Amino acid sequence: MTPLAALIRRDIKIALRVGGGALIGVLFFLTVTVLMPFAIGPDLPLLARLGPAILWLGALLASLLTLDRLFTADHEDGSLDLIVMGRTPLELACAAKALAHWLAAGVPLIAATPVLGLLLNLDAAATSAVALTLLVGTPALTFTGMIGAALAVTLHRGGLLLAVLVLPLSIPVLIFGVAASQAAIAGPLSFGTPFSILCALSLVSFVVGPFAAAASLRHGLD
Amino acid sequence: MTLIDLANPSKFLALTARALPWLAGATAILLLVGCYQAVMAPDDYQQGATVKIMFIHVPNAWLSMFVWGVMSVAALGTLVWRHPLADVAAKAAAPIGAAFTFLALVTGSLWGRPMWGTYWEWDARLTSVLILFLMYLGLMALWRAVEDPSRAARAAAVLTLVGAINLPIIKFSVDWWNTLHQPSSVLRMGGPSLDKAFLIPLLVMAVGFSLLFMTLHLAAMRNEILRRRVRSLQMMQASQQAA
Amino acid sequence: MFSGLDFAAASGEVLAVVGPNGSGKTSLLRLIAGLLVPGGGSIGLEGGEAELTLPEQSHYLGHRDALKPALSVAENLSFWRDFLGGATGDVKECLTAVGLGHATYLPAAFLSAGQRRRLSIARLLVVRRPVWLLDEPTSALDTAGQGLFVGVMREHLASGGIIVAATHTPLGIEASELRMGGGK
Repeated sequence: MTPLAALIRRDIKIALRVGGGALIGVLFFLTVTVLMPFAIGPDLPLLARLGPAILWLGALLASLLTLDRLFTADHEDGSLDLIVMGRTPLELACAAKALAHWLAAGVPLIAATPVLGLLLNLDAAATSAVALTLLVGTPALTFTGMIGAALAVTLHRGGLLLAVLVLPLSIPVLIFGVAASQAAIAGPLSFGTPFSILCALSLVSFVVGPFAAAASLRHGLD
Repeated sequence: MTLIDLANPSKFLALTARALPWLAGATAILLLVGCYQAVMAPDDYQQGATVKIMFIHVPNAWLSMFVWGVMSVAALGTLVWRHPLADVAAKAAAPIGAAFTFLALVTGSLWGRPMWGTYWEWDARLTSVLILFLMYLGLMALWRAVEDPSRAARAAAVLTLVGAINLPIIKFSVDWWNTLHQPSSVLRMGGPSLDKAFLIPLLVMAVGFSLLFMTLHLAAMRNEILRRRVRSLQMMQASQQAA
Repeated sequence: MFSGLDFAAASGEVLAVVGPNGSGKTSLLRLIAGLLVPGGGSIGLEGGEAELTLPEQSHYLGHRDALKPALSVAENLSFWRDFLGGATGDVKECLTAVGLGHATYLPAAFLSAGQRRRLSIARLLVVRRPVWLLDEPTSALDTAGQGLFVGVMREHLASGGIIVAATHTPLGIEASELRMGGGK
């Protein structure tokens, strides 16, 4: 097995075994979404209009809150030292860890979207539009959030600080993700424009995220 | 057979091994009879054949709350009486309760579909059941998050009891929230008066599902006891010195 | 942290870094491992593989064991074998060599501190690296474990390896000493 495949396999195994770490993200997503109608009111047309925004916010928070252990867990038990020393470029190792995190924690969020769409009175077309934008957009969230996770190692704290660092960075993804879903549901914009920008944001994050995270890890170890 | 006899896991395993086939058989018979009666029951003059979802929905909804009650008693058993099997019972009940709650949600939404035109309406009862479902999932996550079973048991017991106190408050708040926004309820599930033609199959199904819960619960408790034995055997093997 | 330090170790040699707490033994090892950036000076390996840096040809055995409790003993070790790469050995053989053969398929969570250290030592065996950087390698080990570790080190030296070890207790093996602290 290649080093990167081994790293991805290990991270997914751990995410699925320890306390259902990956599934708690889905539970959080579900809970946040269910809370919204209590604040907004059980008005179905209104919920349907707000649905894509609610789902995107829920997915954004769920995917960021599960990120804070991405590097700190490896830092605490000393694995990170060995990963930094290894023959695999640190940038690639970071990308592999982010990919594993997305597979274990991001994909279940997308899989949960149809159920939550049902709760928010979204029809099939709207739900698939949201699921599609999440599929394209959540990798961008993971790969930008990774930078914050790497900084958390340097700063010896995660949690809220991570959220404060990363949430502003994820605003563009939120804007174009919601815009693309709304465009698919109601118009007047065409779906293609915001969706292409969302794809572009993801692709940019694939390049920037691993390099920034690796740089932060290299200089932040002590 | 007293609680003291059952405190010994080995005796519990032996006893349940004998009782389980009978329980499973009784469950199967009752559920088959109940289903037959439910199919034979007349259609409702308003709802047509959809009313038959009730025979599945109501027992599941009733069990979704009953199981939390069972877990609360088990939680007291863990915290107050320190009964050795209490936390096994509590842990084994959670996924089963979650499954019943999930079925109550699904059947409720299928039942509501012809009335509402959508699969989901923020109806006060269904919403309360949804919150109960979330609480079950949270409890299961707690059980899985703590490695050591006895520490997990105490944390889960506290959460279960807090949940038992909070559930009526949640139910009340949701009702209030719902009437605030929606003065007239669209659909009254069940309704106060039931014809005898519906009542008898419903009772049979309710007893059948309760027996199903007992069967599944005992089987799950056996699995949990065995799982803990495997765990302690593994720990023994790990501490063994290499030859 | 420290300056004016000049040392060398040749193939088949042990360099024992000794000194009181806080004298920078761990920092020195992490410097060699490339985990800290030196303020000045140079560290190098002569005659190693040309394309690889010194950290890439080193094993680092720190205070922490780099184990995941959720994975089994074998899964932990085979992950490091696959990830570190290079010339590798057989996982089961290495586990047996450090006395963990009986625990191969058990979760690493069930291991004691000494057994976790043995599993870390198995990592040194399963992947070949010419330079070993050891930080208090024997602290958690019992007498049998220390004896076993001395054997492992001797084998490594015999095959031309280099060991740099920070330690308080004698390693049980002849070594040249690098004394830190005191006269800076």
